Amino acid sequence: MTETIIRVCMGPGGIAAGGADVLAAFQSGLADAQVSATIENRCTMHKVGCLGLCAKDVLVDIIRNGDKKTYELVTPDMAGRIITEHVIGGTPVAEWLVKDDYHAFHAKQVKVVLSDCGAVDPESIDSYIAAGGYAAVRAVLTSMTRKDVIDLIKNSGLRGRGGAGFPTGVKWENCSNVDADTKYIICNADEGDPGAFMDRAALEGNPHAVLEGMLIGAYAIGARIGYVYVRAEYPLAVERLNLAIRQAAEHGFLGENILGSGFGFTLRIKLGAGAFVCGEETALIASIEGERGMPRPKPPFPVYKGLWGKPTVINNVETLANVPYIIRNGADWFASYGTEKSKGTKVFSLTGKVRNTGLIEVPMGITLREIIHEIGGGIENGRRFKAVQTGGPSGGCIPASMIDLNVDYESLSKAGSIVGSGGMIVLDEDDCMVSVAKYFLQFTQAESCGKCVPCRVGTKRLLEIMERITNGNGQESDLDLLVKLGNDIRQTSLCGLGMTAPNPVLSTIKYFRDEYEAHIRDKKCPAKVCKNLLTFSVIAAACKGCGACLRACPAGAVSGEKKKLHTIDQTRCVKCGACFDACKFKAIAKD
Amino acid sequence: MISLTIDGKPVSVQEGSSVLDAARSAGIPIPTLCHHPKLSAFGGCRLCIVRIEGIPRPVTSCTTPAAEGMVVTTASPEITALRKTVLELILSDHPNDCMVCEGAGTCTLQEYAYAFGLRDNPYPGERRQYEACDANPFIERDMEKCIACGRCVKVCDEIQGVAAINFTYRGFKTKICPAFERELDCEFCGQCVQVCPTGALTGKQWARTARTLDVQKVRTVCGYCGVGCEVLLHVQNNRIIRVSAPDDGWNEGWLCVKGRFGYRFVDSPDRLTEPLIRKDGVLQPASWDEALQLVADKLTAIKTQHGPDTIGGLSSARCTTEENYLFQKLMRAAIGTNNVDHCARL
Repeated sequence: MTETIIRVCMGPGGIAAGGADVLAAFQSGLADAQVSATIENRCTMHKVGCLGLCAKDVLVDIIRNGDKKTYELVTPDMAGRIITEHVIGGTPVAEWLVKDDYHAFHAKQVKVVLSDCGAVDPESIDSYIAAGGYAAVRAVLTSMTRKDVIDLIKNSGLRGRGGAGFPTGVKWENCSNVDADTKYIICNADEGDPGAFMDRAALEGNPHAVLEGMLIGAYAIGARIGYVYVRAEYPLAVERLNLAIRQAAEHGFLGENILGSGFGFTLRIKLGAGAFVCGEETALIASIEGERGMPRPKPPFPVYKGLWGKPTVINNVETLANVPYIIRNGADWFASYGTEKSKGTKVFSLTGKVRNTGLIEVPMGITLREIIHEIGGGIENGRRFKAVQTGGPSGGCIPASMIDLNVDYESLSKAGSIVGSGGMIVLDEDDCMVSVAKYFLQFTQAESCGKCVPCRVGTKRLLEIMERITNGNGQESDLDLLVKLGNDIRQTSLCGLGMTAPNPVLSTIKYFRDEYEAHIRDKKCPAKVCKNLLTFSVIAAACKGCGACLRACPAGAVSGEKKKLHTIDQTRCVKCGACFDACKFKAIAKD
Repeated sequence: MISLTIDGKPVSVQEGSSVLDAARSAGIPIPTLCHHPKLSAFGGCRLCIVRIEGIPRPVTSCTTPAAEGMVVTTASPEITALRKTVLELILSDHPNDCMVCEGAGTCTLQEYAYAFGLRDNPYPGERRQYEACDANPFIERDMEKCIACGRCVKVCDEIQGVAAINFTYRGFKTKICPAFERELDCEFCGQCVQVCPTGALTGKQWARTARTLDVQKVRTVCGYCGVGCEVLLHVQNNRIIRVSAPDDGWNEGWLCVKGRFGYRFVDSPDRLTEPLIRKDGVLQPASWDEALQLVADKLTAIKTQHGPDTIGGLSSARCTTEENYLFQKLMRAAIGTNNVDHCARL
């Protein structure tokens, strides 16, 4: 009897690439071929979480008698041939299978958090249990004291994956030591960094691991109620979380007297309404309490005085998802990955100008070179690698000269950036560093909660100076002003958002000062990105007088008779670049 | 008690005190805009930052609990420079029209701008601009002058229990206003006006009446009801031009809409200043003896002719408890009826 499993990537990347249509095409294709009805062929179909290489989505695994083949860039019309030739016929469609770069993408990765993503069916608790799920919570509740759990997590070296990198075991221990009638554990799933989708993939791909991590954390600190604060913009994550909570309750992993241990735990979901600042733990607490999401000063820290004034542990999705695997495999196993101070693995969303964009999980301490050139497959179109932006809007830019930097909490922080929640944007020579910094500042400025002056007004003034520079109105004194104001904002802001908001500006000034100077002194954008600093002109020797630029110009700035040299009136030019794109003879110069 | 060292000076404070409380109790001044001693700590204006040994970055003294053995520095060139930046940022988004501002003279922001010697604006840029709003006759809101310190939000919520206003929008566009930016529709108690450290919230009736220097302050008791709140009458040329409450009064500086804004009757030409008796269809001045005698005669006549229960008495909330006691005594003992009530029940 032939047994076939088809897995269609329904992670964030898969869905965006049309995974739902592919899934439907396979379903109807199988129904038409009556495959699952025949005795010789038993075929099951899973929608699974992120398979990683989003650039090649939709990815589809066909596992036939244990032999796994992966197809890339699958579209619905490819389903028929794959079913006929591979599922029924047993011969894979070779030209559609993944290529070498897919294997290179996976070779350097170590999967812990994502190890079951793409393998287990996120909508089935049985699938998770079959893969070893809930064994950790069983072990914890039947044979470990609270102290045992905390010591194990401390020994593993696990640190907060939300960005700050605080040792998880120490956080649990602090909260566990507080004497209080009520305590809470909160899972921070308010992932908001632009381009980041690590937590989303974990929640959508393997929600039970997050639940199991929360259960273990709750037991360790003595909490009976937990919240998952998840953004409403992740409807699939919310749906799968709700389903997972229902299934866990049905299987006796939630509720009173779990597994006969006397320990009880209930879990609630609180939807975030889209404020980036609610990822900050005190603002998140305010939001759950029904207040406007504004951060509260620390101390007191939430482990002592958190939700409704009660001791509260807030852990990020990825942190919690690590916990069951650490319990199952031991602290030493986890600590065997990573560096001296940064243990384990970290999930990054690798985006930008690399060939293989997608979600990666790598051991801490891996070099940027390995991530960008081996996993990421290098820079697109043979351009020159310029910098990598890590840590989202709170992070900084690391220049190409530091490509052999280790990716861990300490090294990135020393370089002026952060691990953050795991955003990693690769930039090439076509990216203007001033514009990149401005983009992130625009984001933090708009997302400032408005509570404290340095963040509310200071980031606005920083942004105005950046706008002035990219518009060609920068002054020589602006660089010093940016550095002074940026440092003052860092020193005086209330919460992490304000404290880190100047990072993109300060780190780009540190490593790319010459680009700023080119904008300010020469009124030129070396990467040719800043529109107001560009000049479009006709190269007389190359112009054929075809009129394409004249027709393309929306401002009537181009003039010239047919088959004669055309000219651009600089006073009317709006610098849209339409002439440049329209010219077939490379006769438009962009400087 | 907790012992700590502030600027080299040993200080002892009650447990639960903030570092700011501790410094102020020792006579060490720390500038603040968002802090108010009777409201919860906010930590928004960042002016009260201090250095505490063992903490890597400056912290706000208003939100940091004083702890045993703490070593605090409240003033240093670094701290002063940071405070100056914060003030410059606030002023960069402020109309700076002190010449015509009702808040001038009582404005804390103005005071600090003076103390820090701020004249230039190193951060020229966009300034928030809003249309004037609110048709109500009591509270003037000039949101361009608002520094978003949140004191009004807290007093409305924590003291008045009304929560008519809150922070809206995000970032630079953050604005304190009623839900959906509707017109202000509250009790108009004006507590927000009392705690506003700038000229953003003022009384509409105060507009262009007098500068602080020209005003004489008279401390007295509000005559509106038997509660007897202490008030400060701001008087110019023997006319009340505004009313506030002294912070050290038993009512802790709080007032209601009547006490704060209902003072114009004092100068009203319609105000009764002597008893009037209607003679030949016209109200004519009379002596108190004459007037009281007339009331007594009429009540006696009605009581004799129709019985005491045809008479009812309604007393006023403006009377004291003692006066109300005497009034019911008059109705029950002298007139002989239980028909007595009080306007506060209406």
